[in-house]
Amino acid sequence: MPRYDAMGDDAFDASPAHHTFGPPVIAGIRERAELGRYPIRGWGARRAVPDFDDLLLLTASASRYPLEGYRERCDTRTVLGGRRAGRPVVLDIPITIAGMSFGSLSANAKEALGRAASLVGTSTTTGDGGMTPEERSASRTLVYQCLPSRYGFNPVDLRAADAVEIVLGQGAKPGGGGMLLGQKVGARVAGMRTLPEGVDQRSASRHPDWTGPDDLKIKIEEIREATDWQVPVYVKIGATRVDHDVRLAVAAGADVVVVDGMQGGTGATQDAFIEHTGIPTLAAVRLAADALADLDLTGDVGLIISGGIRTGADVAKALALGADAVSLGVAPLIALGCNAPTYRLPAAGEAHADVGAGSEVDVRAEYTALGTAPGHCTHCHTGRCPVGVTTQDDALAARLDPALGARRVANYLRALAMETTMLARACGKSDVHRLEPEDLVALTVEAAAMARVPLAGTDWIPGR
Amino acid sequence: MGELIMAVRGPDGTGPDGTGSPEGADDIEFDLAVMSTRHVNAALRALPDGARARVVNPAGRHNLAVGLSRAIRVRIAGPAGYYVGGLSAAADVDVDGPAGWGVGENLMSGTVRVRGAASQSAAASAHGGLVVVEGDASLRAGISLKGGRLAVAGDVGRYCAFLAQAGTILVGGDAGEALGDSLYEAVIYVAGRVRSLGTDARVEDLTEADVAAVRALAADAGFDHVDPQNVTRVASARSLYHFDTAQHAAY
Repeated sequence: MPRYDAMGDDAFDASPAHHTFGPPVIAGIRERAELGRYPIRGWGARRAVPDFDDLLLLTASASRYPLEGYRERCDTRTVLGGRRAGRPVVLDIPITIAGMSFGSLSANAKEALGRAASLVGTSTTTGDGGMTPEERSASRTLVYQCLPSRYGFNPVDLRAADAVEIVLGQGAKPGGGGMLLGQKVGARVAGMRTLPEGVDQRSASRHPDWTGPDDLKIKIEEIREATDWQVPVYVKIGATRVDHDVRLAVAAGADVVVVDGMQGGTGATQDAFIEHTGIPTLAAVRLAADALADLDLTGDVGLIISGGIRTGADVAKALALGADAVSLGVAPLIALGCNAPTYRLPAAGEAHADVGAGSEVDVRAEYTALGTAPGHCTHCHTGRCPVGVTTQDDALAARLDPALGARRVANYLRALAMETTMLARACGKSDVHRLEPEDLVALTVEAAAMARVPLAGTDWIPGR
Repeated sequence: MGELIMAVRGPDGTGPDGTGSPEGADDIEFDLAVMSTRHVNAALRALPDGARARVVNPAGRHNLAVGLSRAIRVRIAGPAGYYVGGLSAAADVDVDGPAGWGVGENLMSGTVRVRGAASQSAAASAHGGLVVVEGDASLRAGISLKGGRLAVAGDVGRYCAFLAQAGTILVGGDAGEALGDSLYEAVIYVAGRVRSLGTDARVEDLTEADVAAVRALAADAGFDHVDPQNVTRVASARSLYHFDTAQHAAY
């Protein structure tokens, strides 16, 4: 595992010189000296932190018996927000798509994510800058974010939403506001956000009309009043003081708490923020689940975990640690084509082309021009996404066909759901929500301590 | 909704359809002493365009008259708590007393009038409509304003118009420290003194268009103590619109 690149330079050359002032550090100092500013990039933490790969599932043998992997039913239905909302969110799978803005993403990308979520019976989420009509119509279940900036936030879209997510922070930059550099603030984005076109938008980090948890309680009531108490209210926090923050969110009346670990992505923020704030998702999920358990609210208040979820194994482990659902941001973008060396256009006249149909166009030279390469790109902030995912440039955005993208993301989400149920059945569970911490062991002492499961081959949980 | 029906009455006590003297005669009355906020708001939202309602015994309740979307008139007969008239459109909401945080927050159109002082973040993120505070307004009045208009008869506290993006703010009295900090395209007019300007805010010359805007806003707000020719215009210097290292210390 390459060491974290302390200066935020693109260290995909994996230099072997990992000392205090190694080549990436030298390059980072030189960049700051020349530009007088900090590095900005997209995605989440790149440093190696304990994660779900450090856990293993204890599947069945003699002491437990497995369910038939390909035959017996394993339920994935997930209900969120049933405690107070007239219309809880009911999902076919516990794998959702996280909030990402139109602005950060192209309209085609947002539409594709919405269509994909609908195809597999799950939810997608708006982002900073409001709800687009394409996204609303494409999404069966759409979660509407209420962010500190309140860009584009309005009561009409609020009432058109299936849930509301009050965002206190995100894992990539807990305590920080959004950022959208001027090259992505085109006419439509600027209009939706009531901002001058081309401005380097730096969003507020604190809500304009409340500050503490007591205020948040009143704010949540206001949202409920404006939506006639019909839709669930989520509260999203960036994972820092998770135990306290989950308790306060619950006290304020959250139906669902969304906890975003430090591996959670962003469209653009300071590298120093991404790499040096918050705690790993692995630690956050257990802290959040334990807080809810201590309040005797497990299952009553939903828990959604996000930040670096990639596979069905990650999903199964997150559910075992107490999450009711997971939320994915970066991974569905990769499924859309992010970091691919080519983009694919549908064959002419093929509105429902198969994901393999059409023609491929090689864009490796465009990655090179950005100073990166396919598989290493985190240049979302530039707006020059060669595959049309994180851009507001019409020509680049046209490279992503929403129908094709939706099929790819839907395939990916289905595969994740299949992996999750496969592992759950092997653990003897007829419902993925019955996975439990007892199904897990840790490979490392750090992961054992964070997840509070035994180190593999021992009954030792550090700190217990 | 049995509770609702029992608590609704016309001014003469005959019921919601009762008629009487011309002024306020058609007001439908909702009594918060016996009704929940939720019931009152649901009843207000169910009223047709042109209806008039009076909410009595508010006692500082939060979230009164939020989420309205029809052209109704709502008179709240006493102090209101947080977010009165918030997330509303088209309605005219009138508070006979002071109001808490976020009066008229995220207002889209219509009017919210406070016949007293308002606490923090009055008219926060209002996209349209008019918020009038007949007394003083506390911190961050007009924060992140997005096109609405805010008129405060008295003084405003610190950080008025912080991050305000579009719209107009009229301060009939004095403005506290850091007025207009990090402003975008909203414009502030102050009739009294400005204690200090926030980062990137600057005083600009008053044009005829400004005078006309102030005259119109003062008239709509019912302020007769503001001389439109004699106000200070504060707007953004726009030096923070783009990343520039030299200005980093300004944050």
